[in-house]
Amino acid sequence: MGALQSLPGQPQYADLAEKTGFSYDQIGVLHKRFNQLSHNEETLRRDHFNDIPDLACNPIRSQIIEAFFDRRNFRQNGEGTVDEIGFEQFLVVMSHFKPPSLHITDDQREKIRKEKLRFIFNMHDTDNDGTITLEEYRHVVEELLSLSETLEKNTAKSIADAAMLEVASISMGHMEPDEFYEGITFEHFLKVSTQKTTLKYYIE
Amino acid sequence: MLLMVSSSDTGHEPLEEDTSSSKSVTSSGTDSDHDTSGDGGQHGTDSGHDSGDGGHGGGVPITTLPIVSWKWHHVSTPYLVALWILVSWLCKLIIEANHHVTNVIPESALLICFGFILGGMIWGADKVQTFTLTPTVFFFYLLPQVILDAGYSMPNKLFFSNMGAILVYAVIGTCWNAASLGLSLWGCHMGGAMGDLEIGLLQYLLFGSLIAAVDPVAVIAVFEQVHVNEVLFIMVFGESLLNDGVTVVLFNVFDAFVSLGGAKINAVEIIKGIISFFVVAFGGSLLGFVFGLLISLLTRCTKNIQIIEPGFVFVLGYLAYLTAEMLSLSAILSIVFCGMCCQKYINSNMDESSVTTVRYVMKVLANGSETIIFVFLGISAIDKTIWVWNTGFILLTLFFIFVYRFIGVFFLTWILNKFRLVPVEFIDQVIMSYGGLRGAVAYGLATMLDGNKIKEKNLMVCTTLIVVYFTVILQGITMKPLVTWLKVKRAAVSELTLIEKVQNKVFDHMLVAIEDISGQIGHNYMRDKWNHFEEKWMSKILLKPSARKNRDYVFKVFHKLNLKDAMSYVAEGERRGSLEFIRNETAFVDFKKKFGDEFTEVMPDIMADTGDPVPSVSLEMHEQNMNGVRETEDVNSHHLLQQHLYKGRKQHRHRYSRSHFDVNKDENEVQEIFQRTMRSRLESFKSAKMGVAPPKHITKHTKKDQLQKMPNGKSLDKSRSYHSGDEDFEFSEGDSASGFEASGGSFPMRVSYRAGAGIENPAFMPDLDPLAQVQIPPWLAEAELDSSTVAPSQRAQLSLPWTPSNLRRLAPLRISTRSTDSFMLADAPGAQQRDNERLPPPPPPPPPPHRDDDHM
Repeated sequence: MGALQSLPGQPQYADLAEKTGFSYDQIGVLHKRFNQLSHNEETLRRDHFNDIPDLACNPIRSQIIEAFFDRRNFRQNGEGTVDEIGFEQFLVVMSHFKPPSLHITDDQREKIRKEKLRFIFNMHDTDNDGTITLEEYRHVVEELLSLSETLEKNTAKSIADAAMLEVASISMGHMEPDEFYEGITFEHFLKVSTQKTTLKYYIE
Repeated sequence: MLLMVSSSDTGHEPLEEDTSSSKSVTSSGTDSDHDTSGDGGQHGTDSGHDSGDGGHGGGVPITTLPIVSWKWHHVSTPYLVALWILVSWLCKLIIEANHHVTNVIPESALLICFGFILGGMIWGADKVQTFTLTPTVFFFYLLPQVILDAGYSMPNKLFFSNMGAILVYAVIGTCWNAASLGLSLWGCHMGGAMGDLEIGLLQYLLFGSLIAAVDPVAVIAVFEQVHVNEVLFIMVFGESLLNDGVTVVLFNVFDAFVSLGGAKINAVEIIKGIISFFVVAFGGSLLGFVFGLLISLLTRCTKNIQIIEPGFVFVLGYLAYLTAEMLSLSAILSIVFCGMCCQKYINSNMDESSVTTVRYVMKVLANGSETIIFVFLGISAIDKTIWVWNTGFILLTLFFIFVYRFIGVFFLTWILNKFRLVPVEFIDQVIMSYGGLRGAVAYGLATMLDGNKIKEKNLMVCTTLIVVYFTVILQGITMKPLVTWLKVKRAAVSELTLIEKVQNKVFDHMLVAIEDISGQIGHNYMRDKWNHFEEKWMSKILLKPSARKNRDYVFKVFHKLNLKDAMSYVAEGERRGSLEFIRNETAFVDFKKKFGDEFTEVMPDIMADTGDPVPSVSLEMHEQNMNGVRETEDVNSHHLLQQHLYKGRKQHRHRYSRSHFDVNKDENEVQEIFQRTMRSRLESFKSAKMGVAPPKHITKHTKKDQLQKMPNGKSLDKSRSYHSGDEDFEFSEGDSASGFEASGGSFPMRVSYRAGAGIENPAFMPDLDPLAQVQIPPWLAEAELDSSTVAPSQRAQLSLPWTPSNLRRLAPLRISTRSTDSFMLADAPGAQQRDNERLPPPPPPPPPPHRDDDHM
């Protein structure tokens, strides 16, 4: 993956800014941070992320870190994971968390929303088969609850199950007895996330 | 009569009993020392004695024993108080009976109008206004509970995420309102717009400061009826609560300035005033915070006095208010923060029924006082002595208040929007400005003015009253049409589904992570750090150990869903008569005990235990009150409930409302259960008939169906067919064919448990499904004992249309064979094992070897 050859100056920033929609200032800040995280190497590895102290107590840390190494999030139609990312990839992943600009049409807004949701969907859909299966979802909930030791695994499981059932009933309506709910597809995911989810990612 | 009474009448009641409502204008000597005494309860008796002396002690020596005597003075004060409360509430009753009226005119406005009428009647009888709202009564006995309720019901997360904006509006906005109004009026005065008035600049500023604050009581009353979106609501609501600190400080400062006189005011005094603002506001908040912690700590150890445990919340809340008042800090801020800070901990610490009590009592008190406040605002108006008309002053005040509110809100929002991620929209700003209602706080402050120092006190009081009427009545009435007309974003009707909650949680963590990765310190970062701190320290200190584990957000949601499902399920069953035994004392089923016993895993113990039926007649109502579903910490009961979850129930959102305490009553739910049952039955029939009964389907049912048969035997089966008899009687055969086919073999195995079958509540069976082997034995054992005393009617057995198995089947089975199997797999092995250990006599159900295959 194309790590940046040299320290990017303004012209290179222009390229990145166009790609990601960040302003030069933001790119500058992020680049500084990138260098800080990578100890001035050109690429970031998972270890670097694991070293961030504040991240240590985040229950879904591994998923988030994984998202940074997931080619699906590089906006290049790739698949699979990589072992290290350069600044450009870092920036592209980060750009998912950019607040939409205020002056865009509804269509664009919808598109951005979809992209953001896709990011989360990909985060949950670890095997990239287009559905979040029950197993995968259970994993999500388990991780989410992993901080509170008092909760048993069963609880997480049943929460996941309940949520899954809910999605199934929302998205499929009624099902035949021998029908089989594969898991949450992206369309279903969109459907259940339409309402009030806090899609206010931001950076800066 | 009224006149006679009124001369010695002061109403004081303890907070718990709600508030006094009457107070004479002509305060006699005794009144003043009553005002200083803190506790109303004692007080009532004191004054009773005082006047009682007049009644019988100090008169003529009696010559003969009176059989009865007329002792009006003995009771006059509390009697009048109670009467006024009754009258005010009756007004509300009348108003609420006419829904088409309240749809148009808000309740608060109507109450004021009722006040006009009542005031007119008193005036007509006495020719003087005997009852008005006095500052003492208002600030000590009416306001605290309204504010406490507001704080207690505050959606904390929403509040704190908009904290910045709220503070800006509350502090800068209020200062702006006060200053601009005072200066403009003074300017107009100088320009000669209001004729000859004896009001100086400082007095104008004093007037401006007392009328600047948006009133929490009025605002909530109006806004809760128009369901605007959350952010808008919290902004107006939060502002109205917090700006009190500002108002009180401004009022005190200007009051002092007026006393000092213009000449003595120098820079030092002004700086003092500014310092005093911070001390008063932050001191008040801090005090409330401390009291909140105190309540939380206290409720940690009130386990043994659960009945009065809710009382602590009120008493300490009231003390927080009084203490702040004593230290001349902002009492309203104090009680708001007290409520906000303790809500989380007391809700987890206290028994569930205590929490319910707190909530209800809080609503009763708050709603009751609010009613009284508005009625008395109306009554106070009918008094010739206060009415001084000055067209210029009054109209200009109205005009300036209206205009400056708009200017202030728009300007501040314009600044805020530069920093807000989600900007406040234009229409929201209009509504915010328009919702700047003034109310009883302003009136209370106005009546507190010193008539000796401020010559035009009456003009100020009556202007305040007019402003209050104008804003509450006119703006209140037009608010709803305006909201509709402007198409303000309403509160979303849809409620969050479970998955959305989970997803929100994921978002939260993700945002924090991204902030961490990008090295920014933002809002999320702060919140996360606070959460960690809270989790680590505050919870440890303030929460009962047992309460701590249930605090996870998602889990709570999930738990609530389950609880609700189970409760509505039971309620429905009861309605249909099949659960009568639950109300029967002897057959009282103590789930808690049973499940607790299961953990001991000792058979004899259980048997011994069941020989001792739980007496359910007890003063401790919480003991018997939904004991089974209440036992939240019990993992088993959790499992039990889990099985009830046929669909993620939507949890009602947090929405503050003073007059409605939302118990989630969803009538559709029951309907839905029924419909789904019917549908599923039809489906299973069809598939059976066509010979495509899925094998997985059947295997899944083996265990379940034996259970289901076990308690009720054939009757259950019958009931199913009976029930469906109306529309599709011929289906019933197919139904049972598909449903029970596999269970036939295993049925006799459990025959030993059928003894108590009749009394078992079949409605509970579904929950037991995977864990059933574990759960049933003790339960049934007890049932057996009781079988002689309780047996459900035949009808009851037959008329249970949605038997557990149905419900059970609906949920996962219909949706995914695979997921269901994994459901069962998840629970089955453990259960199975325990089962084996537990129940040697009845052969355990054949271990389903095919299960793994199913799963794949």
